[in-house]
Amino acid sequence: MSEEQFNLPMVDNHQSDSCCTGEEAALSYGNAAEANWVTGQIETAVGPVYCIATTLKRRDMLGSIKARWGVGRMSYTVPPGLYAVGNPDQSSPVLVSANYKLSFDSLRRELSGLNLWILVLDTKGINVWCAAGKGTFSTEEVVRMVNAARLPEMASKKTLIIPQLSAPGVSAFEVKRRCGFKVIFGPVRAADIPAFLKAGNRADPAMRRTHFNLLDRLILTPVELTALAKPLAAFILFLFLLNLVSVLFAGNAIQTASLVSQTLSDLAPFLAAMLIGAVFVPTLLPYIPGRALSWKGLVLGLIWAATYSRLLGSEAGLLQTASYFLIIPVITAFLGMNFTGATTYTSLSGVVKEMKVALPLIVAAAGLGLIALVAAYFI
Amino acid sequence: MKFRYLKNVVTLELDQSKCNGCGLCNEVCPQQVFALNGKVSSITDRDACLECGACVRNCAPGAISVRPGVGCAYAVLMDMFNIKSKCCGDACGCSLDDIEY
Repeated sequence: MSEEQFNLPMVDNHQSDSCCTGEEAALSYGNAAEANWVTGQIETAVGPVYCIATTLKRRDMLGSIKARWGVGRMSYTVPPGLYAVGNPDQSSPVLVSANYKLSFDSLRRELSGLNLWILVLDTKGINVWCAAGKGTFSTEEVVRMVNAARLPEMASKKTLIIPQLSAPGVSAFEVKRRCGFKVIFGPVRAADIPAFLKAGNRADPAMRRTHFNLLDRLILTPVELTALAKPLAAFILFLFLLNLVSVLFAGNAIQTASLVSQTLSDLAPFLAAMLIGAVFVPTLLPYIPGRALSWKGLVLGLIWAATYSRLLGSEAGLLQTASYFLIIPVITAFLGMNFTGATTYTSLSGVVKEMKVALPLIVAAAGLGLIALVAAYFI
Repeated sequence: MKFRYLKNVVTLELDQSKCNGCGLCNEVCPQQVFALNGKVSSITDRDACLECGACVRNCAPGAISVRPGVGCAYAVLMDMFNIKSKCCGDACGCSLDDIEY
């Protein structure tokens, strides 16, 4: 995890006068002053506070795309602290958020026309839900930031609106007990915040539900794909060496062009299996029968193995066909299983149960499949 | 659409005799596992539970219990091989960045 962002020249706004306990260090806002999402400063009872834009610029969009593809994802952060939206006063609502830039952006772009405060916690650049599960979006962190930003001196309503999905890490009654601030759980989605505020901090049942619709699932597939780059490179090398050795074994002359084209055509069914596992399984998730995600992957993998074998017809020998029926489902089942971490609904108990069955089968099938694959080159 | 994972696996338990009827479990649950019947909460859709632990953390009388965890096969694998979890790192898709703030 990169800490660089926090080591840049600091613009220190909050000269601490050791208000409450004196334990909290003054907040340093890193390079926030130069950030493209800062529009200015407003004066408050606790010093100047940065105002932030509620529209996203091209640079924000590019940053989002990069993060989705996993580029610099762990250092895509916002300096923790207090920020102003619009022209808030002491009685304006205080929203709490994570310091992952993607979370921060998806919050602020929904807030145009509103006057409020945003308290950005230090969640180590992790989004709200994951941070709550991992303990960085926690009761402790909320209390720490309330004091560090000197909210008791400037927020007259002593109320925090906290994302509902941070509840695994934040105990409302503990926050109240430890810093006197009342916690109201806001809606799951930032887009519902204006309606939530308008309704007097009330979320209707639809706002409390996580959705996992097609778009939610599709948007996760780039990261799944990028994670495959290394295994894919290793597998290409493996197939290339297999072809090379089999040519040498047969005593033929080496022709680089035909070696490469043979490797690529050998790769095709498995590359397709990776796409099926990383893109098709998430996309078709609710329509594939069964509940375990490795099972869903297995189903699509078997369909693809059967389809591909049929396409090849008599071209493929028995061993080659066997390798397809073993390795393709292994790839898709494994990727399906791996997608559990990206879903909104899988429990640890369920994942452990699923893995107890799936993992031994995956390992066994992978072993047999690789033996069949290698043997097919020489027999 | 509400997704449900495996049947009868979750560790969620509710002791109704301790429930004070505050309804916070129902409010924080992203899967609508609970329902408030009058003055006491009950589990109405147990298989939808993802063991996030939000309800337990916000149950002042301590009526709910669950073994909280993240249902992520990658993290379980890393644990098995004792590799320091790089979860939520570059290789991990466990972020629903758009639906949260």
